[in-house]
Amino acid sequence: MSSHPISFTLNGAATALEVEPRWTLLDVLRRQCGTTGVHAGCEHGVCGACTIIVDDVAVRACLMLAPQADGCEIRTVESVAEPDGTLHRVQRAMREEFSLQCGFCTPGVVMTLVQMDEAGADEDAVVEALTGHLCRCTGYQGMKRVARRLGQATGAEDRQDG
Amino acid sequence: MKPPPFDYAAPSELDEVVELLAEQGEDARLLAGGQSLVPMLALRLARPSFLIDLNRVSGVSGIALDGNLRIGAMARQAAILADPVVARELPVLAEAIRHIGHLQTRNRGTFGGSLCLSDPAAELPALALMLDAEFELRSRRGVRTVSAADFFTGPYSTAIEFDEVLVAANLPCVTPDTTMAIREISRRHGDFALVGAAVRLRVGADRRIADARLSWFGIAHQPIRSVVTEAALIGQAVDGLDCADVGAAAVAEIEARDDVHATAGYRSRAGARLVAAMFRDTLEGFVE
Ligand code: FES
Ligand code: FES
Repeated sequence: MSSHPISFTLNGAATALEVEPRWTLLDVLRRQCGTTGVHAGCEHGVCGACTIIVDDVAVRACLMLAPQADGCEIRTVESVAEPDGTLHRVQRAMREEFSLQCGFCTPGVVMTLVQMDEAGADEDAVVEALTGHLCRCTGYQGMKRVARRLGQATGAEDRQDG
Repeated sequence: MKPPPFDYAAPSELDEVVELLAEQGEDARLLAGGQSLVPMLALRLARPSFLIDLNRVSGVSGIALDGNLRIGAMARQAAILADPVVARELPVLAEAIRHIGHLQTRNRGTFGGSLCLSDPAAELPALALMLDAEFELRSRRGVRTVSAADFFTGPYSTAIEFDEVLVAANLPCVTPDTTMAIREISRRHGDFALVGAAVRLRVGADRRIADARLSWFGIAHQPIRSVVTEAALIGQAVDGLDCADVGAAAVAEIEARDDVHATAGYRSRAGARLVAAMFRDTLEGFVE
């Protein structure tokens, strides 16, 4: 059994760990790094609950092996709101549009939406990206309303009135 | 489930990859995007003793145009989808990738990984077959080229030897007298296809079919062509072609599979309709 030293940036902080290659990045983020906002759902790439941003793109944390994170810049849902608790506009839109219920799928959805927001994606692209997430609670209508808001907000002032 | 322990290396040069493959023998496995292999490891459907990660290898993810389109095996599906050269020279490739998984899996999933896994229901193997793609394989013994017709040898199996690695595939670009299309039927977008087809037609100035290609995915145990129908189409006038007949004939050549997702009968009926519709829409571009 081999152990590999790796280092990466997690939510802006330099992190160094020893990992076994058979661990997934999801395991490491939850168990060793304490970023339990990264949810473990299906653990085989289907549900999207574990979605994080690695080097600026949304990926499944359960489909990366831990040593593959070496040298990467990783962002999890913990990094999305301001340190003082002010929500990111993606999070605010989700709250205002009632696009979560139990919240299990939500951290993954937020990370996909953050990538789409940063890319200035239009509504159709955001909706398509959301197909990579399973939500067992709310249906997807609330999320689609968020997609519309993000699509409209591209380059414009975010809606403030909820 | 977690995979049993294995050794792991992430070389940065192709030379190191082929050395490792030669040293480690048949128990080594190559890791590309990992979007299929990582779950297979977790479910213990794959139990390699050594994993060679290709994600840090340099020079194997480029997309280049020199007559043909040369796509590096480690090109991410998302990168191909966003590539302007692909959009211009071979839009059917982008069309195929749109059907694969989701944004989050295409951000890591690779072109070569999908080809080498050769899932019977996957889009890219059937597309490669339709395009007569050429595969560039490398090992310590040297480089060899394998055509798509010889590359896919069965369900989840290819002509790659255990000491070889796929470096790139060469695909022909679309020409003005050719149209290409790929379509599929799946329960949800991004799922594997119950049945799908890739079609290429070249029509001469006499408005007759000069060349035809039709490959299937999802329907059988491996990507497969309807070679009899392809041959029968050559010389036929595009005006008045009975597309329903073409669909029925093409599917009659294929032994459809049964599984929990769909019966063989469903796959055949749906496949015939799918191909008929593809021909109708494809030929529309040629009809005056
Ligand atoms: S836990 Fe990763 S996709 Fe479901
Ligand atoms: S809010 Fe419960 S699973 Fe999506």
